[in-house]
Parts: sequence; C-alpha cells; structure tokens
Amino acid sequence: MSILEVRDLTVTFPGGIQAVRGVSYDVAQGEVLGIVGESGSGKSVTSLAIMGLLPQNAVVSGSVKLHGQELLGMEEGELTRVRGKAISMIFQDPLSAFTPVYTIGEQIAEAVRVHQKVGKDKAARRAVELLDLVGIPHPDVRAKAFPHEFSGGMRQRAMIAMAIANDPDLLICDEPTTALDVTIQAQVLEVLKTAQAETGAGIVMITHDLGVIAGMADRVLVMYAGRPVEQGVVDDIYYRPRMPYTMGLLASIPRVDGEQDTLVPIEGNPPSPAALPPGCPFAPRCPMHIDACDDEEPPLTQIGGGRYVACIRSREIEHKGMTGADVFPVPVIPPSDVARVPREERETVLELDNLVRHYPLMKGAVFKRRVGTVHAVDGITFDIAEGETLALVGESGCGKTTTLQQIMQLTPPQSGRVVVLGKDSSRLDKAARKALRGDLQIVFQDPMAALDPRMPVGDIIAEPLRAHGRKNVSQRVAELLTLVGLAPEHAERYPQQFSGGQRQRIGIARALALEPKLIVLDEPVSALDVSIQAGVINLLEELKNRLGLSYLFVAHDLAVVRHLADRVAVMYLGRIAEIGAVENVYDRPAHPYTQALLSAIPLPDPEMERSRKRILLEGDLPSPADPPSGCRFRTRCPKFARLSEADKRRCVDEEPSVARLARAKDHGAACHYAEEIEVITASEHQEEQ
Amino acid sequence: MRSKVVLGRLLHNRQARYGGIALILLIALAYIGPYLGAYDWTDKDFLAFLSPPDADHWWGTTSIGQDMYAVTLRGMQKSIVIGLLVALFATGLAALVGAFAGYFGGWVDKVLMWGVDLLLVLPSFLIIAIISPRLRGASWLWFVVLLAAFAWMITSRVVRSMTLSLREREYVQAALYMGIPRWKIILRHIVPNLSSLLIIDATLNVSGAVIGEAALSFFGFGIQPPDVSLGTLIAEGARNATGYPWLFAFPAGLLVLLVLAINLIGDGLRDALDPGSNS
Ligand SMILES: Nc1ncnc2c1ncn2[C@@H]1O[C@H](COP(=O)(O)OP(=O)(O)OP(=O)(O)O)[C@@H](O)[C@H]1O
Ligand code: SF4
Ligand code: SF4
Ligand SMILES: [Mg+2]
Repeated sequence: MSILEVRDLTVTFPGGIQAVRGVSYDVAQGEVLGIVGESGSGKSVTSLAIMGLLPQNAVVSGSVKLHGQELLGMEEGELTRVRGKAISMIFQDPLSAFTPVYTIGEQIAEAVRVHQKVGKDKAARRAVELLDLVGIPHPDVRAKAFPHEFSGGMRQRAMIAMAIANDPDLLICDEPTTALDVTIQAQVLEVLKTAQAETGAGIVMITHDLGVIAGMADRVLVMYAGRPVEQGVVDDIYYRPRMPYTMGLLASIPRVDGEQDTLVPIEGNPPSPAALPPGCPFAPRCPMHIDACDDEEPPLTQIGGGRYVACIRSREIEHKGMTGADVFPVPVIPPSDVARVPREERETVLELDNLVRHYPLMKGAVFKRRVGTVHAVDGITFDIAEGETLALVGESGCGKTTTLQQIMQLTPPQSGRVVVLGKDSSRLDKAARKALRGDLQIVFQDPMAALDPRMPVGDIIAEPLRAHGRKNVSQRVAELLTLVGLAPEHAERYPQQFSGGQRQRIGIARALALEPKLIVLDEPVSALDVSIQAGVINLLEELKNRLGLSYLFVAHDLAVVRHLADRVAVMYLGRIAEIGAVENVYDRPAHPYTQALLSAIPLPDPEMERSRKRILLEGDLPSPADPPSGCRFRTRCPKFARLSEADKRRCVDEEPSVARLARAKDHGAACHYAEEIEVITASEHQEEQ
Repeated sequence: MRSKVVLGRLLHNRQARYGGIALILLIALAYIGPYLGAYDWTDKDFLAFLSPPDADHWWGTTSIGQDMYAVTLRGMQKSIVIGLLVALFATGLAALVGAFAGYFGGWVDKVLMWGVDLLLVLPSFLIIAIISPRLRGASWLWFVVLLAAFAWMITSRVVRSMTLSLREREYVQAALYMGIPRWKIILRHIVPNLSSLLIIDATLNVSGAVIGEAALSFFGFGIQPPDVSLGTLIAEGARNATGYPWLFAFPAGLLVLLVLAINLIGDGLRDALDPGSNS
C-alpha cells in the first residue's frame, strides 16, 4: 500500500521554464525512494511542489495523493495541517529551518504542540526524548541551546528530531548531508535510519551523491532535465543500468575502492529548462544517439518488473548487456614521463618543515582582548617531488586552507619553513617573490567566486601574463583556452556565461598561463556535478602528465583523491595523522582516524554498502582553540576507548608524531598504537567482474 | 579586452544611446542656442519686464527685463560643466579613498577614515564660507573642487564597507597570488565591481551639485550676479513660480532634462558593465 502517489507532476515557472515535466512515483510504507540527478534537474522543485511550498508564480499540474487524498489544490489551512504532521521535510541547510531566537528544545516542542493536543511540559519532555533519539549527547541540557550554538551535524540531527516529532508517514530529505563532513554524514545517515525504524515512515531521499543513495535507498529514480529517465530497484539501477545517462553517471564517479583507470565524463551540459531539445533531452550528450531519438521524447516505459526506462535503445542495451564503458568513449590520458624516475631522484618542488600558523582568538567588540589561540596549523611536514600529486585531506576546519594560504603567501611563516622550488619563503625579496609566483599557481574551489564577474574571460587569463610582462598575450590566451578544452572565441565572454565545469577550466587556464611548476588545487571539483567533475579530473591528470606539473591537491572527497593523487596526507586538527603513498593509506590505513574516514565514505555499490561495517566516530571535531592534550584524536578515537588504562595514559600525555610504519616504504602514521587494517573490502559483485 | 567589450555593449545599449543623444543636444543648445536668439544675456529690454513668453522673447523676460532664453542658456553652460565635473571628482574620490581604506585596512584605513569623519562633522558650509572670499578672483573651477570636496564622504564610507567584503573574494586573492600590485587590484578588480553603486552615486551628484551650487550662490558664494547658473535661476524663479511660471519652468525643465539624460547614460553604462544583464 503506497503512502504517496505522484502522477504526472509538472511545474512551470514564468518565462516558459519547465522545471518538472511529468514525474510519477509511489512511495510505500517504510520504503526509501532515492532521487538522483544533476543540479537543476528538478529534484528540489518536485519535492517543494509536493509540500506545496513553491512560490505563487509556479504553475503546478498533475496529482499528488497522500493516503489517497489529493494534495494539489488543497486549501492552505488544511495543507498546513498535513505538512509537519503527515509529511515532514529535511533540508540541506538546517540553520535556515530554525528560528535563531528560540532554543532548539522550544522549537521542537512547538512543532509537537502545533499538531498534537499536549501540555507544555509534556511537549518539552518529548523534545528531549527526540533529541536523545537522534543521538544528541546530554539532550536535557542541549535542548536549552540556541541553533547557532549547535554544530552543523548536530543541527541536522535536531532537524531530523523536529521532522519526526509528529510521527510523520513520509519524510522528504533534500540533500540532508551535502553540507556535512563524511564522518558526520555517516552519523546523520545512521540517525536517519533509526528515525525511519522508529516511525516506519516512507522516505524520499534526494541527493546527487550516488554513494548515499546506494546505502539508503530501496528504489531509485534518476531524473534528467525535469523528467524521470530511469526508475527501478536499487541493484538494477546500479548493476544493470539501461539508460545511457544513468550508465554515464555511474561510470563517471571516482571510487575509493576501485581501480578504474580513467573516469568517463559525459560531454556537454544539461539542457536549459527554457530551451529543451525536441526529442530525447539527453540526445545532445548521448553517444548512442540516432536520428530516431530526435523525433519525439521517449516516454518512460516499463521493461520487466518494476523497471522503467525512457530510452528508445534500452532493449538493445539490455540484449547486448552493455556497460557505461561500452557506451561512452573512455578517454586516453598519456602517461607521465617523470613518473618513471624514482621519487628520490626527482627534484623537490615544495617542502614544508614543521609549519605553524596560530591565530589569536579575540573577544569583545570595543576593547578586543586575546582570550586564546586557534591552532589552525600546528607543525606539519611534507614534501612534493616533481611530477607528483600530494593530496591533503581532512574534515572542514582541520587546517587545509590555512596551509595553502601559508604556502601561497610566500612570506615568512610564524614558525617552521616553506621551501618552494628550493627557495625559502622567509628569505625572499620582493622581486624574487614575484618571480616565484610565476612558478606557483592556485586553482580555487568555487569557480564562480574565483573569477572576477566584471572581467571578460580573455582579460582574466591574460592578467598573470601581463603582470609578468609576457609578450604575445592574445595568442597565448587562445592557446590556453584550447588547452583546457574551450574555444578561443570564448575570450570575449564573461564568466557568468559559462557552466560550472567550464568556469573551472577557465580557472585552470589562468593557473597554467605562466607555465608554473607547482599548482595548488583547493577543492577544484567539489562544486561540480559528477558528470562534469569527471571531465575536469581527467583534464587535470592529462595536464599534469603532459606538462610535467606537480600538484598540491586539497580535497575532502577521498574518492577523488584516490583517483588523482600519488601520495596523500590526512590532516586532523592542524596536524598530519597519516601520510603515505595512496595505495598504502587507502588499502591499509594505520591511523584510527583514517580508518574511520575511509569507512565513512559511501560507496556507489548497494551490495557493498549493505555488507559494510562502519567505524562510526563519536561527536564532533573539537575546537582548534582548545585541542585535547596528547593525541588530538583521543576524544573521538575508537581505539583509545578500547585500550587499557595504562595504555591510555600514553595517548593522553604524549603527542604522537608521524612515524614510518615498519613494513612499508612510504607510509607513516601519528598514532602510538598504529596498526594497519583493511576497511574497504571488495564486494562479491566486484570480484565476479 | 574589457574596454572593447564594454564599449561595444554600451554602443548597443538603447538607453545609453538615447541618453547620449539627449546630452549632446543639451550641450549644443547651451553653447549654440544663444546665437539663435535675438538677445544677449546681458541685454536688458526696458520695454518688457516680466513679460510672458512670446514671439520676441521666446521664454519671457525677468523682472529687470533680461531675456529668459539667453539667461537660461548662459546658466546652463555653467551648470552642465559644474554638474559633470563635481560628479566626476566626488565619485572618483569616494571610490578611491573608500577602496584604498577598505582594501589596505590598518593605518591607511584609520588615517583615511579619520579624514572622512572630520570632513563629515565639520560644517561644510562654514568652510566654504571661509574659503570662498579668498577665491573671489580665482577661476570658478575652484568652486567645483570645493563642491566636490564636500560631496564624497558618505559614499566613500559605503565603498569602504563594500570593499571589505570584496577583499575576501577569491578572485581578489587570486590576483594577489598572481603577483599583481595592490593598487592595480583595486583599480581592476575592486572598483569595477562597485560600478553600479558608483554610477548611481555619480548621477545623483550631478543634480546635487547643480542645486547645491544654487544654495551657495544664494548666500553669496560661487556664481555671483550678474552671472547666472541654472541653480540660481531655479532658486529665484521658485519664489514666483505661481505668478510668473516661465521664470521657473524653463530652468527647472532643462535641469530635469539634463538629469534624465545623465540617468539614461548611467543606466546604460551600468548594463554595459554588468555582464549579467543582456540588453
Ligand atoms: N522560483 C523559481 N523560478 C524560476 N525557476 C526556478 C525556480 N526554482 C527553480 N527553478 C528552476 O527549475 C529547475 C530545477 O531546479 P531544482 O532546484 O529542482 O534542481 P535540483 O535538481 O534540485 O538541483 P540541485 O542539485 O542543484 O539542488 C532549474 O532550472 C531552476 O533554475
Ligand atoms: S533515446 Fe536516444 S538519445 Fe536518448 S538516451 Fe536513448 S539513445 Fe540516447
Ligand atoms: S595515539 Fe591513542 S588516541 Fe591517538 S589515535 Fe592512536 S590510539 Fe587513538
Ligand atoms: Mg536541490
């Protein structure tokens, strides 16, 4: 018996923007339906339409039935009663869902009292119970806290508590964990599972993360350009996709476990909802495209039990048993010449020696006084050889960006040394610094923020060239644009006129302009959709090999890191927890933090997700203003909890430093009791292949 | 590249085109118009005091028999120049001081903002009153400088606070990491991103200067009788606007036209500089 029945839902915004064009699905009691799709595919608009939360100017048609009762066109007062009682929604940004001036407890109690006739005390008690259920420590105390006093992960839990306050029949979660770190994401997903078990609700889980869906969903709906293009049981979608778009999507995600050689990008961009192609909306990007595809939009048709596909060639795909790699051309990336030289014989392009950066913690508005020190970066050491990629990974707030800034500034650090291409940053004069800048460039995370919106792209790329007095600027700009896969004519356009992936390519072109030796990449693909991300990752790899570049790559996505990096350094609270060659760290992590991090990453593989055991971490990252004594990780370390009292003493008193592990050549961990274990196990399905 | 692209967009912009044409016509009227009229602005027609517009005196006459057409155009010559120059100086100064203070911070910020605050609290009128007598014989351009000097402070504070947030943008950091000198970053990345604000401010300054100049003239500084400006004419005409509307309507109408033309150009420039708009 399905709780929610959506039929032919369409949403049109003024200006002929067809955001949603005929979505139909059912959600049964206790079932999790995952909705995936690229940014702008209409996932959020679909769920807002169901909740009746769209702006007035949106035209909605079709039917949405909750327990057989039509919600579309329902009167506002009645709808409010349904919302929050029978359906709840969990948003990406939990801060916007709470009013800043009331305590979390009051707001949850309020949600209870709106829909149930209970006394104030009882509602308050229920709020504490709910907070306890979602795993907030000391819920009675925490209920009296204000939203801003909660960390991101805790706020998301509180939001889940509020959403399940009235035992809803249906929970709609729109990117519930996108803003969170992986270890926190793992916690929140666990809470969501608990909440579902508690309420027996159906869940609609919207996300762009195919790993999260693999672990949560029973059935999956893939959306493209406002329409479902494939729908089916989770295993079918992941192991036997029948629509080229789904196949491409799955082939384009980097995996933490896998040995894919090259990612398969989907060329092009999703169509604009105001100007859709006549036939199949995926046709312009589809390698299997034939003339018949342009005749009319293929309807979502059933092929076998509970499976729907909108592609005229799906049967052929089925018969031939094609996979993503068969359909999409696998790009060939030339190998690197430098990689053949052993690491020790290569030049060192960057060396950090015990780098420290502390910030004073100030308090008071008028008379500022120092109340403490933020240990943003607290003594890190690593080096990068020519032609090598070192990735710096860790949760937000662990000091990755500060480290990059310290390197990029090329000024004397507070303590320690930064040596770029053999030149110590504390001994540079103005001219030498400027000359060195030509060899050291950066690509930023947000491709929109990093490009001046008021400058044509040609000027943006020409800027470093002019600043360093290079000749033939316009010719070089055209060359660079071609190098990153754009057209020279694009030079006259402004950054807004490009898609996210293209903008990142512009950022890369600018970084390459001066032919640097080392490029610092600050989360270069995290703002991009997976299918676009694959293209940029491949570009970075190709450029590195062709031009002999070295990268310092900062990322929180460990799957991307595995794919791109040669070596990896895991940071925790301003220090390096583990460092080494990628194979060593990923296959045999030795530090408990790395182990937890790796086990928290959702894999785009439903079978593996089901059989996996997670190492869940307790609590949040401690404040870098007040790191724990001894080992900084001990407050959350699962291993510490299992140690004997005598062994624990050492973790509390003595700060571990990175020590090379006995058996490995390039692998070190900062843990007194480091022990290599395997966390990502290969699934049976993979072994079959 | 940018100037070429912006110029191209500006020429394609309809508002900017109309505004530009209107401004050129107004300037032509101010400088060529007087040759078409029968009277000079210094002439006095003792047979027609306060006569309404007719075939002889196209725009009527004043209480002492001056030809309104000639006088108004004479006033407009001054006012166009004063308005445009004051706007240019005041907005330019506001942009530079605000952006430098906001971008550099530290003591540069402290010193510049201290200066701004000082100018804000000092009664500008008093200062002008003190300085004006010394400028009696000097070129009236000094007067422009004086007017501009007291019209930029509030905008520069706004510019400074906007710069504080622009400074943190990644593209500004990116420029620094590319080795671009800081003053160039300010001119190339900060000021263009404040252009919407600055253009609005400049258009407001044009009318502000024309009117402000009149207020000062009224107290005996700036443009002094027998010389006239649009501002003095409007101020005088306003007193008798109901009885002798032509004394007020023509100068006021021209000021409105001038401001409208400037506004159109400003809007066009804003669109041309803003890549988000596609007009
Ligand atoms: N209020 C609105 N007015 C006009 N267009 C809108 C509005 N809200 C959304 N759209 C458009 O509808 C389309 C679908 O948007 P939607 O937010 O559902 O995408 P999504 O799949 O949730 O993407 P994301 O992964 O980025 O959250 C987009 O093209 C968007 O620009
Ligand atoms: S219908 Fe044609 S264009 Fe669309 S996905 Fe199928 S093969 Fe590709
Ligand atoms: S040193 Fe102790 S607390 Fe730190 S990671 Fe190792 S076992 Fe855990
Ligand atoms: Mg969305």
